[in-house]
Amino acid sequence: MQQIINFIIRNKNFLLFFLLFCLSLVFTIQSHSYHKSKFINSANFLTGGVYNSLNNISSYFSLKSQNYILAEENRRLRALLNNASISPDSAYIDSTAFNKLYKFYNANVIKNSYSLADNILTINKGKNDSIKQDFGVISSKGIIGIIDKTSNNYATVLSILNTTSKISAQLKKSNHFGTLSWNGNTPENVQLTDIPKVAKVKIGDTIITSGRSSIFPKNIGIGVIKAFQLDAAENYYEIEVNLFNDMTNLEHVYIIENVNKQEITNLENE
Amino acid sequence: MNNLFSIYTVHFFTLVLAQVLIFNNINFLGYINPYPYILFIALFPVKNNRIILIFISFLLGLSIDLFLDTGGIHAGASVCIAYARPVILKFAFGTIYEHQTVKFNAVDFGSKLMYFTLLTAIHHVILFSFEVFNISKIILILQKALFSSIFTILISISITIVFSRKTR
Repeated sequence: MQQIINFIIRNKNFLLFFLLFCLSLVFTIQSHSYHKSKFINSANFLTGGVYNSLNNISSYFSLKSQNYILAEENRRLRALLNNASISPDSAYIDSTAFNKLYKFYNANVIKNSYSLADNILTINKGKNDSIKQDFGVISSKGIIGIIDKTSNNYATVLSILNTTSKISAQLKKSNHFGTLSWNGNTPENVQLTDIPKVAKVKIGDTIITSGRSSIFPKNIGIGVIKAFQLDAAENYYEIEVNLFNDMTNLEHVYIIENVNKQEITNLENE
Repeated sequence: MNNLFSIYTVHFFTLVLAQVLIFNNINFLGYINPYPYILFIALFPVKNNRIILIFISFLLGLSIDLFLDTGGIHAGASVCIAYARPVILKFAFGTIYEHQTVKFNAVDFGSKLMYFTLLTAIHHVILFSFEVFNISKIILILQKALFSSIFTILISISITIVFSRKTR
């Protein structure tokens, strides 16, 4: 017994080091697996508050470019509205509006990140704004990521620029779908795999979300094909996709809630 | 001792905030960021208890991780260099360290640069291997570690030069 205590006292430095190193290894492994990081995330009141106050200042510097992006989106929406086949008449009651499929919330990015292998953003909406895990996040141009952790006023977003993120995507002109992932190299490009060989793929084709995952609705833009090649087994394409979004300049984003998600997952789990 | 304690508390919070608010938003050439918060570990008084340094380094790394959503990569790398610090000190400063009289303001520039370089290189290699966490991307890890190390060493040396002149 005394020898054990002596051993602990003699090697206390190493033992403490080893203990803390293992602890950080556990945190690291947790952060590399989807939805597992329990304690270490920036959606708490302290880090969220610091980022929020910094964002209050730094948002002034990008006002001009963000205004331009918002004005561009307004222009696009106005064009849609005026060219819509059904006029927005006040007497017209849309029966589908009572049971909408998707709800939209707006939010601001208070922490952006794109230089790591696993990038996670922080936004200034949380549980108090009824934001929950697995809601989709998009900008006016295309998809950004999926909500990971939420606190009362903040939430973290698993960016598409994250090596653990997997999103279902398809070609716009045909219904061949595959998996969108990121290899960690440049923030402009992501990779689309598992597109079957029979699909007609061309450089410049548009990639959209497939709507199969119950997170994103169909037809949300992702990017255009930059390059493609067959994989080692020569059965599937490996496609390099150039994102519509500039992931290095994000401010205003929209959060999508699929109202029927619970029903869909229940059905799938039966 | 009390005065020293308050000085290092201020250092701790200043370095964490400077790291997450300034140095992590540099993104030079898209992905190169310096990590000068390890100055805290480098400049911690030599005579002090080793066990305290290891524990404080863990807290320092963990608070950086908390801000950057990176799990435990900074905590792990910081704990490693805190544990390896006596060996690096001995290697860089030789006999001065053996007599326990290293004062970071008074040592010559060459050995100081050597000390920072070793500390930064070890820290960054561990940091980026934890971050990428994929042995098949070893080239990416080494590339990131090399570029960030150069950046970190430059920033750390400039910070020590600027702040040591002020206190004199």
